[in-house]
This record gives sequence, structure tokens and C-alpha cells, in this order.
Amino acid sequence: MVKLGDSFREHVLSYLDAGVRFDGRKLDEFRPISVEYGISHNAEGSARVTVGSTHVLAGVKMAVEKPYPDTPADGNLMINAELLPLSSSVFESGPPSDEAIEVSRIIDRGIRESKVIDTKKLCIIPKEEVWSVMIDICTINVHGNLIDASALASVAALTSAKLPGYEGKVVKYDELTDKGIPLAASLLPVVVTVFKIGKHLIVDPLPEEESVADARISAAVLEDGSIVALQKGGGLPVTAQEIDSMLGLAQAKAGDLRKLLSGKKLK
Amino acid sequence: MTLLVKDKDVVVPGEALASGMDYLPTSGTYREGDKVVASRLGLVQVDGRLIRIIPVSGKYLPKRGDVVVARVTNITLNGWVCDINSAYSSLLGMKEGVSDFIARGSDLTRYYNIGDSLMAQIINVTSQNMVDLSAKGPGLRKLGEGRIIYVNANKVPRIIGKAGSMVSMIKDATNCRISVGQNGVIWLQGTPAAELVAVSAIRRIEADSHVSGLTEQVKAFLDKNKVVA
Repeated sequence: MVKLGDSFREHVLSYLDAGVRFDGRKLDEFRPISVEYGISHNAEGSARVTVGSTHVLAGVKMAVEKPYPDTPADGNLMINAELLPLSSSVFESGPPSDEAIEVSRIIDRGIRESKVIDTKKLCIIPKEEVWSVMIDICTINVHGNLIDASALASVAALTSAKLPGYEGKVVKYDELTDKGIPLAASLLPVVVTVFKIGKHLIVDPLPEEESVADARISAAVLEDGSIVALQKGGGLPVTAQEIDSMLGLAQAKAGDLRKLLSGKKLK
Repeated sequence: MTLLVKDKDVVVPGEALASGMDYLPTSGTYREGDKVVASRLGLVQVDGRLIRIIPVSGKYLPKRGDVVVARVTNITLNGWVCDINSAYSSLLGMKEGVSDFIARGSDLTRYYNIGDSLMAQIINVTSQNMVDLSAKGPGLRKLGEGRIIYVNANKVPRIIGKAGSMVSMIKDATNCRISVGQNGVIWLQGTPAAELVAVSAIRRIEADSHVSGLTEQVKAFLDKNKVVA
């Protein structure tokens, strides 16, 4: 993160004390979000999500692979985040950074633990052939709140994916079927990250706010409000009471974000 | 012999502006064969035999004499390395940074620490684009608690206005302290509500810099969003 002087934290706090953010938003308000489907010709499903000027692409690729020995009749899931150097001055090329691994892990656990994908239906021949679902996240521009934007893009891409044709051990990527990935709409996870700065809790931070935050909690929330995955980040501890209010805020905001996904009919 | 574009035309890099040796390339242009060619996106300005381009986009290029807002990114044996929102980093030498006598091995963070911002003047740019800064001079100082915004460096003249008229108007209306660097970095200090008005006024100027009657528009905007102190 960009290091700013210590006095800068005081300045951010003076804003939060006044109940506004650097761009005039309220503390619990998101920037305008857009979700666009089917942006890639080569992926089986794809989505573009913008949250303010944060801009993320996600694509779903399908492949037929051998299942893992411990889940012989379940499809595989793999999520990878690519934090491209062009999208932020702090990203470098090379092997995945800690941040890239964390982003993909949070989303992976959200999707996996929600059980939104009926992995049994992705099985072709037990112990031999199952569909692998691979989600790749590419950042185009990162201006705060990368986790929530990437998670929303990943889930949106999942809902828009179509299985390719599969005949005689050959996957026909140029002939997509009209069958989607077997998903349960009510189990779609929405990830909301709540940041703590001083005594204030905020969502959808700007980079300036992220750089002075004490702690953050990312929660993957289902339609009924239940939380299926949690990740705590940032250097400082949070109290039990703070966790309660952070999760409460995450659940409330997840409902708002979920409405953006409903534009797509599930099959 | 001939000019291929009109004065104030918008041109793109690579576009031929004039042919023949009668015209001379200056900033934003270069000569290729017998042609003068644009190297930047911008408006052509023909001044007698001289052709130059007023850029409308692009990163800040350091120029000697510019007053910039710099941020300290590293401390070395002989000064502070600063980010000036450019492709090139800059060095604030120990002698140019402070007037105090600095003993060998003393703690340089006492003067400027990593992350601190300051107003500085570019005193030299070498042919290799090594930039030297100075913090000695009228109006040059360390910038304290406040926020920093980044604007297109090519729009800075409009934000400052004629003899500082535009920025003074914003300062008076919002009661903010504002320092505008030629490098497109602007430092503001005031109450949160006042800063938000000042920032949106600056963003308006940046977006509508080509519009005539901009001063009146900004004045109307500031009147409408009066900040009660």
C-alpha cells in the first residue's frame, strides 16, 4: 500500500467523525456498482464488475479432469486471482503476491462452503472424469475494495457459464450447450468486507482508507443471511462486540449487492 | 514550406504538422526528414516559425522552475527521494531540504519522514531526467495533516487560473488551505465538508477546462454549495 504520513490517519478519522468519506459517501455506503455479463468469447462464462473506479473481470473455464481421490464423484473448483501490474502502482509482475492468494482464497472458500455448486452433478464418470470449474480473476483497475468486487465478478461469471459440449473424450469449446453449471440461487455467496478505522466501521473503502485501516473482516453471506466463510485481515485485533457489528453490517450490505446479481436468470 | 494543420487544431502523436524547413519544432514536436511531427496529443500552437503543442493528456514531465507537491518515498545518505507524480523520481538534497546544520549520522526523519508531503521547487532536470528539488524558497514548506488529490497535470493552469484567481476563489469560498503543484498533485486542508466542496469544484474545472465562462460556472457552484463555517 502507498505509505502516507501518520497525520494522514488523523485526517481520515476527522472525516469519519463527521460521518462522511473522502468522496462524500456515508460510512456504510457503496460506490455505484455495475455488473456486465458475457464479456469474453473464450470463457464459458464471464463478467465485468465495476465498483466506482475499481474494475475487475472474471472468467469461468471448464475442463474434464480426474477427480481428487477423496471426492471421487465431485467436480473440482479452482480460483485464481491475477493482480495485473497495470491495474495498480503497487502490483508487481511475477509469482502471485500474498494479496492475490488471499483474494482468491476468500472467494474460493465463499463459493466452496456455500455449496452453491452442486458438485455431484459435475461428475461424468466417478473416479475418472469430472468437470473442473476454473475461475480466473483479472484486475483492470484497482481503486479500493478489490475483494468484494472480485467476489461479485466471480459469482456473476459462474451464473452466466455454460457447459461446453463433451463427446467421445473431446470437449467442444466452440459448441457450448445451453446447460449452465448446476447452481442453487439461494446459496450464491456475496462477499462483503467491513473495515475498521479507529472506532468507525466502513464498507467499500478507497485506497486512502485501506492504507490507514486497523482491521478488516470479509464475510461470505448467503441469501438467508447466514455466513459461510470469514476472513480477518489487517494488523490490529477486534473485540467480540466489534465482530458482531461488523458482521451485522456485512449481512445488511450483502442483501443490497445480491440484488445486482438477480439480473441473471439461473437455469 | 507549408503548414499542414491550422492553429489550435487537435493533433495526435505521429501527425505531420508542417513540411519544409521554414517551421521549427519546439516542445511536443520533433523533426523527421523535412516534416515537423507531433509527439504528443494536444492543441497546435503556431507562433511565427515556431510550432509547439499544448498537451491535453499525458503524465507530468518535470521542468526546471516548477513548484510541485512531492511525497517522500525513501531516505538516503544525502537526502530524501521524492515521488513527484511523474515517470521520474526526484531527490531533495540535504542542503536544499533544510537550513539547519545536520551532523553526520543524524536522524533525517526529524525533518521529513517517509510518507510526508512537501511543496518543493524543481531546481534542475538533467538530460537523463534526474530531478533535483529544493525546499528553500517562498511558499515552499512541509505540508501537514490534509488530503491529497491527483489531477491531470495539463489542467493545472486552469485550476490555478489567471494570477491564481481560480484557486483563490475556491480558497475564499471554502476556507480551505490549498496548495496546487504543477505536477497535478493538490493538497487541501480544511473541514471535511469544506474539503469535499473544494474537491468537487476542482474536479469540475478539470472536466470542463475547455469550456469558456468556466470561472462563472465555478463561482455559481461555490455559491450554491456554501460551506457554513
